[in-house]
Amino acid sequence: MAPSGKRERDKPWIMRTYAGHSTAKASNELYRTNLAKGQTGLSVAFDLPTQTGYDSDDALARGEVGKVGVPISHLGDMRALFDGIPVDQMNTSMTINATAAWLLSLYVATAEDQGVDPSVLRGTTQNDIIKEYLSRGTHIFPPAASMRLITDLITYTVINVPKWNPINICSYHLQEAGATPTQELAYALVTAIGVLDAVKATGRIPESEFGNVVGRMSFFVNAGIRFVEEMCKLRAFVELWDRVTQERYGVTNPKQRRFRYGIQVNSLGLTEQQPENNIIRIVLEMLAVTLSKDARARAVQLPAWNEALGLPRPWDQQWSLRAQQILAYESDLLEYADLFKGSEVVEAETQRLVESAWTEVQEVLSRGGAVEAVESGYIKQKLVESNAARLRAIENGEQIVVGVNKYTEGAPSPLTENLDDAILTVDPRVEEQQIEALEKWRAARDNAAADKAIAELQRIARTDENIMPASIAAAHAGITTGEWAHTLRGVWGEYRAPTGVAGASVKTSGSGPAVEVVAELRKRLSDLETRMGRRPKILVGKPGLDGHSNGAEQIAIKARDVGFDVVYEGIRVSPEQIVASALEEGVHLIGLSILSGSHLALVPEVVDRLAQGGLSDVPVVVGGIIPEADAEQLRTQGVTAVYTPKDFELDAIMRDLIDLVDRQHAAE
Amino acid sequence: MPPSDPGAEANRVMNADKTAISRALNLVEDRRTESQGRVAALLASLEDAPKATRGHRVGLTGPPGVGKSTLTSTLARAMRIRGTTVGVVAVDPSSVQSGGSLLGDRARMSFDPSDEGLFVRSLATAGEVGGLAYAANSAVRVLASAYDTVVVETTGVGQSEIDVVHVADTVVLVIQPGSGDVLQFLKAGIMEIPDILVVNKADQDALARRAVADLQGALRTAQTAGAGQREDGDWETPIVATSATQGTGIDALIEALDRHREHLAPTLHTRRRTGEVRWAIDLFTRKHGDHGVATLDGLRELRDRAARELDRGQNPLSLCEHLSDEYVARLCQNSPEKT
Repeated sequence: MAPSGKRERDKPWIMRTYAGHSTAKASNELYRTNLAKGQTGLSVAFDLPTQTGYDSDDALARGEVGKVGVPISHLGDMRALFDGIPVDQMNTSMTINATAAWLLSLYVATAEDQGVDPSVLRGTTQNDIIKEYLSRGTHIFPPAASMRLITDLITYTVINVPKWNPINICSYHLQEAGATPTQELAYALVTAIGVLDAVKATGRIPESEFGNVVGRMSFFVNAGIRFVEEMCKLRAFVELWDRVTQERYGVTNPKQRRFRYGIQVNSLGLTEQQPENNIIRIVLEMLAVTLSKDARARAVQLPAWNEALGLPRPWDQQWSLRAQQILAYESDLLEYADLFKGSEVVEAETQRLVESAWTEVQEVLSRGGAVEAVESGYIKQKLVESNAARLRAIENGEQIVVGVNKYTEGAPSPLTENLDDAILTVDPRVEEQQIEALEKWRAARDNAAADKAIAELQRIARTDENIMPASIAAAHAGITTGEWAHTLRGVWGEYRAPTGVAGASVKTSGSGPAVEVVAELRKRLSDLETRMGRRPKILVGKPGLDGHSNGAEQIAIKARDVGFDVVYEGIRVSPEQIVASALEEGVHLIGLSILSGSHLALVPEVVDRLAQGGLSDVPVVVGGIIPEADAEQLRTQGVTAVYTPKDFELDAIMRDLIDLVDRQHAAE
Repeated sequence: MPPSDPGAEANRVMNADKTAISRALNLVEDRRTESQGRVAALLASLEDAPKATRGHRVGLTGPPGVGKSTLTSTLARAMRIRGTTVGVVAVDPSSVQSGGSLLGDRARMSFDPSDEGLFVRSLATAGEVGGLAYAANSAVRVLASAYDTVVVETTGVGQSEIDVVHVADTVVLVIQPGSGDVLQFLKAGIMEIPDILVVNKADQDALARRAVADLQGALRTAQTAGAGQREDGDWETPIVATSATQGTGIDALIEALDRHREHLAPTLHTRRRTGEVRWAIDLFTRKHGDHGVATLDGLRELRDRAARELDRGQNPLSLCEHLSDEYVARLCQNSPEKT
C-alpha cells in the first residue's frame, strides 16, 4: 500500500483510437485533437491502396483513396501526417502488413528529417502478413516473399530500433474470420512459431541474442462478447506463450517470455439494429482484457458504437475513449493484484483452452507449419466452417443477439434519428486532391535519384540481403508507395490465396424449421433448373481492394447449399474482371460484396460495364456496410437489392435471389 | 433467347465472339428435351471449323489439391504470350445433397479481362457421379472451334480420368511429390497411363527429383505388366516437373504438349473418333442402361454402328438421339399388342 493508506495504482494501459482518413493533413489534425483529449498513443489507419501497394492515382485505387484510412504515397505524406507531432515522444502503432517495411522506412526517414535518431523510436508495425491470407486480404506477394519481408523488418529493428515492436501477430482478424477461442490461440501461436523459425533461419541474429527477438514479439488480440471465456483465453495465451518461448526457443529471461499484447475489441459483433446497445457490448468486451492483471492488455483500442453503420465521427470515438478512461481512472480496478489467481472456475476454463489449443498447434505443425497450412487452405477452411456455424446459430436463435434476433421491439433511438448525420462521410474531392498532390511530388523530385533508388531496391530484392536500408534510402529519394511495391512485384510476383470455400463442409442439423426452409429452397431451385434447362448460376464478386471476405464467403457457401452453382473469384477483383467473368460463365445473377465504403464508385461501374457488354438483363445485388441514402442511390442506378449487416438471415436472402432468377426467367 | 440464324451464330462462335460463345455454352448445358435438336445442330455446324481440326485439346487431371487450377492459369498465360489462343473448361464437383456447386477455379487464376484470346467457363458435374460434367464434351467442342488450344481441367476422382480421354487429344496427369496412391494405381494398371505426367509443386529440388524417380519406376512396372499398349504406338510418356506458383517447368510442359500433338497428327482423327464413339455410347447407356445396349444388339455391334454413323456426318449427341428413337421403336415393336 502507498504511504497515504491508499493502494498503489498500476499504470494504466496505453489508450488508442484506430484513426485516419481523407488525407495526411486531415488525419494530422485528428491526431492532434485526440492527443489533446488525453489519448496516450497513436494508431494509424492506412487506406487500402497504401496497404496493398498502390499509389492514389492507380486505376485499382479508384474509389478507395482516403476511405478506410489515410493515404500515404510518399515521404511528403508521412511528414504531413506527423507535422507538429514529435515522433521521439510518440508511441505509434501502424496497422500495416504487406507494405509494413515500406511504411516503417517512411517513418524512419521522417524521424531523420525531424532530427530524431531512429534508435529512440517506439511503436508497432503490424507486419503479420500470414493472417492477411486468412482474413483481411491485403497481402501482395507469395508466402515465401512475405515471410522474407517480415523477417527483414524484425532483424532490422531488433538491431537498429530496439524499442520498436516489429510485429503484431494478429489473432484479432482470425476471430473476425470466424475463429473459435481455441482456433484463435492455436493459429496465432503457429504464426509466431513460423516467424521465429524464419528469423532464426536468416542467421542474422546470434544465438545468444535470440531472446531479444522473442522479447520483441507482440500480439494483437480480439475479445468478443463471451467475456469470461475471452478473459480465460488471454490467460491461456500467457501460459502457452511462456511454454513456447521456453521449450522451443530456450529463452531463460522471464521478461522476454512475457505475452505482450494490444487489443481491439470485437467490431464484428456490433449490430446495425439498436446500435446504441453496442457501447454496452464494447465495455463488457473491454473487461475481458483488463480485469486480470496477469493477462492485461498493454494497449487498448475500442471501436465506436456506430461502426456497423459507417465511418465513426470524432464524437463517437471520444465516447469509446471515455469508457477506457472511466475504467482506468475512476474505478478501483488498477488498485488490486490479479483478481482470479486461485479461482478454480477461471483456472479450469483456462486449462481447457490451453489443452485444446495445444492439440491444434500440434496438428498444424504436423502439416508443416503455418505457411504450409495457409497454402494448402487448411486453416482458411477451418475458419470458414466455424464462421458458418456461428452465423447459423444466430440465424436459428441458438445464440441470442439482443435487438437482432430477440428483444427487437423498442422505442426509436434519438441517437439515430437522422441516420445520415450519425456517421462520417469522406469528401469525394479528397481523391482528386490527393492525386494532384502526388503528381506535384513526382514532378518536383530528383528523378535520376529516384530511378537509382528503385534499381538498388530491385537488386537487393533478388539477393537475400535486408530490404530495409535500401527502402529507407528510397524513401529519402522520393519514390512512391506504388513504385516500391511495383518493383518488388516484378521480382517476387503476386499471390492469390485459397478461398477456403470450396472444401468447407457445412453441417445441417437433422430436423427443425431451418432444415425445412433449406429443403424448400432446394426444391425451388431444382424446379427452376427443370424449367430453365440448366441450374441457376450466380457470381459472387468482391470488387475493389477491400479484403474482408467473410460476407462473400458465407453467401457463396449458403448459395451452394441451397443448390445454386456459384462462381466465386476471391478478393480484389476489378469491375472489368467481374463483368468478363459474368459473360464467360453465363451467370443468371451477380452478388457484390463491399465493406470499404467504396460502393458508390465501384458498383455503378459494374452495372455500366454490364450494360455495355449486353448483359443488362443480369440482376445485380449488393451487400456491405452501406448507409440507406447510398442504398437508395444504388437502387436508382440499376441495383436490384441492397443488403446490410442487419440482414443476418441468409435463408431470406437466398429466397430473394431465387425469386429474382425466377422472375428474370419468366420475363424472357 | 434462341438466335434467329444458327449458321450465323456458328460463324460468330468460330470468330471467337465471346457473347456468342457464352450463348453456345449455355445452350449445350441445356438439358431440356426440346433443346437437344438445337444442340446437335450447333455442334454439327462447328464440326469442321478450321481451329477444331488443327487445334489441340488438352485434358488436365489429377487428385484434389495438387494445384491444377494454378497450373492451368500459368499454362494459359504462357500460351497467350506465345500467341496461342486458349479456351478453358474447368470442371468442379456438385454437392450431392443440394445439387449446387462452388466453382472456385477462377479464384486461383489471374487473367487480363480484356484479353480476347482467352475464355474460361466453369462447369459443375451435376449428378454425373464422379464423372465429367454432362456438358463438358460439348463445351470442349464449342471452344475448340474458336480457340487454338482447349484445356479441360477436372478433379481426378473416380470416373473423370477415364471420361477425360473421350474428349482430350492429350491427357496430362498432375500429381505432387509424395502422391503414393497414384503410383500404386499406375503400377496396378488401375489407372490408364497418361500421355504426359506432371509433378507439380516441385519447388523443393530433392523432393521433386525423388518424385520423378518414383514415377519412372511406376511407369516401367506398369509397362512391363502390359498396361502400355495403345493405339498411338511408340509414344513414351514424358515426366515434367513444374512449379505453377514460380512458373518453372512450364516451357518444358508446353514443349511436351506440342510434341505429343505432332506425334498424334497421323492418328488424331482415329483418336477423336474413338472418343466420340465412347461418348455417344456413354450418353446412350446413361439414358437406357444395359437393357438399351442389349436391345440394340450388344456393345460390339453398337460400337461398330456408332463409328459408321459418325463417318456419315452424325455427331455423338445427334447419334445418341437417333439411337434412343430406335430403342423406343424396338420396344414398341416387341411388346405384345394390348387388347
